[in-house]
Amino acid sequence: MENLVEISNLSVSFDVRAGLFLRKIGTIKAVNEVSFSIKKGEILGVVGESGCGKSTLARLLLRLIEPDSGSIVFNGNDILQMPRKKLQQERRHMQMVFQDPYSAMDPRYTIFRSLCEPFQIQNVAFAEGERRKKIDALLRLVGLNPEHGFAYPHALSGGQKQRVDIARVLALSPQFIILDEPTAALDVSVQAQIIKLLEGLRERLNLTFLFISHDLSLVSYFCDRVIVMYLGRIVENIAADSIGKRPHHPYTQALIESIFQPDPSQKSSTILEGEVPSPFNLPLGCVFSSRCKYVQPICREQRPTLHKTEEGGQVACHFPLY
Amino acid sequence: MAFLEVKDLEVEFQVDKKPVIPLKGISFEMNEGEVLGIVGETGSGKSLTAHAIMGLSAMSGGKIRGSVKFAGQSLLDLSEKAMQSIRGSQIAFIPQNPMTSLDPVYRVGDQIMEGLLNHADLSKSKAKQQVLDIMEKLNIPKAEHVFQQYPHELSGGLKQRIVIAMGLCANPRLLIADEPTTALDVTVQAQIVRLFKEITVSKGIGLLLITHDLGVIAQICDKVAVMYAGNLVELARIESLFGSPRHPYTQALLNCIPSIGMKQGSLAAIYGNVPSATDCPDGCPFHPRCPHSFSTCESTMPTLIQIEGGAKVACHLYQENQE
Repeated sequence: MENLVEISNLSVSFDVRAGLFLRKIGTIKAVNEVSFSIKKGEILGVVGESGCGKSTLARLLLRLIEPDSGSIVFNGNDILQMPRKKLQQERRHMQMVFQDPYSAMDPRYTIFRSLCEPFQIQNVAFAEGERRKKIDALLRLVGLNPEHGFAYPHALSGGQKQRVDIARVLALSPQFIILDEPTAALDVSVQAQIIKLLEGLRERLNLTFLFISHDLSLVSYFCDRVIVMYLGRIVENIAADSIGKRPHHPYTQALIESIFQPDPSQKSSTILEGEVPSPFNLPLGCVFSSRCKYVQPICREQRPTLHKTEEGGQVACHFPLY
Repeated sequence: MAFLEVKDLEVEFQVDKKPVIPLKGISFEMNEGEVLGIVGETGSGKSLTAHAIMGLSAMSGGKIRGSVKFAGQSLLDLSEKAMQSIRGSQIAFIPQNPMTSLDPVYRVGDQIMEGLLNHADLSKSKAKQQVLDIMEKLNIPKAEHVFQQYPHELSGGLKQRIVIAMGLCANPRLLIADEPTTALDVTVQAQIVRLFKEITVSKGIGLLLITHDLGVIAQICDKVAVMYAGNLVELARIESLFGSPRHPYTQALLNCIPSIGMKQGSLAAIYGNVPSATDCPDGCPFHPRCPHSFSTCESTMPTLIQIEGGAKVACHLYQENQE
């Protein structure tokens, strides 16, 4: 299958400023030489702890932030070379659902008006009465009623708001949707509803997703392939169904071990010590070397590069587990 | 006699001059040193239960009915002053969000010490030594240095440890923790949960753990109470609850959790939404979403009854078998 999105060597860093004159006191490399591709119709998951650069990566893909270097090819076109106007038109094919459904909508707009916005921005003209039909259809598509269009965001539950967000993203019939922790603020039963909805939409509309989450169980269930990030770098790129069987990177393994199974007979035994180090002074060698239980002297000195695994994934580790 | 005995606990608030009852008469017991988990979704009344036990929901204008007996004392009958001496020294509360429960302008060490000085007649230097001991027990690295730091200088996991230290410093017999790991990353969550397990076992402290995460419950609790729309629907030992969940809501909730190795498309969802406290259906609150519901469920609220195997469940499916 052909690739819809191709990212190579994408990096971005932010200046950190402090003091009265906001003097630059350092830089944080939020996303560091990241390369991957997404096939048409695939769900690619991105997993990692807070501060690993997953949300920054999402913003880079839509060019909401300008990267320092690298390239983003979407549908054969390099987004980074595009003039602003062309980019804005291209964005109708790539959309994003944000993490917090509560702040993603204007509280003063009715749901109907919020759903009209994408069409206004892209200058889509409607015949008389067509607009209402289109928006009613969108609401039905995400499992809501046309009556919900009259409501204001505060009158909806968290799950309903997330459905509206998804409807708004679907308005322009995009090919590619970035989902940035779309269920992090929701209860498990509501999360399950939203995941079922996304599964159905993917089937019906032939969508490609980039799904960002901190929840490895959810990612491994919902996605086809998963990228594990740590401190701005990809440490492993793995097929979702081999996560439970053959994780290659010690960090992937540690993430799996930290998951609490809802099963008292499976108590987690080994626990990853320490916390994610400050991104200010990254370790010289492997980013994970300060917490890795298999660490060797070479890990602290030399940075491992991503290399292919037997199963067709990639891993950045001097001593992969398999 | 049970260590903590909650009976028909009910909380009522006035909303637009109409009574709203978000907690509808729940009863459970806890033995000394036991770890009881309360699990439920947003709005199920789990935090409110904790606040009611501590006498905190009265402060926000709620009316509390029923009884809470702790070590033979009836907490709801105590004066505010007597209650104050119990809070912290006998029952400690660990609030949900460590980011907002620490005062940003005080050093964290002083904040931990505050509770200790309120409850024990100690000199400052002795109190400090005790605080440092607790911090070390909680695996806080360089305790002496962290003592002098401000909350914004600490990571989320460290802040959570500080809040736990605040709860533990006056040697309480019961710890009530409200979603203590929700804001943390998975690897840090695993560390904190292990810490809770160690403390409760080594000091024999009872722990009432409130969470929405059934995974955390399975790791450290002895018993679990499942709440739905202000009602306690199932109360069982964890082996029984996870092994053979009885209430249809518990069954459905467990099926909503994705796990590694699960086939795509096989996740089950519960149809519909959790009812709000102002608009709760008659009868069993779960009946509009329940796959097994029948006519009785629409009119009569099932009571919590004991069934075979020691579990308690509030569901007409089991009530009928009893009669």
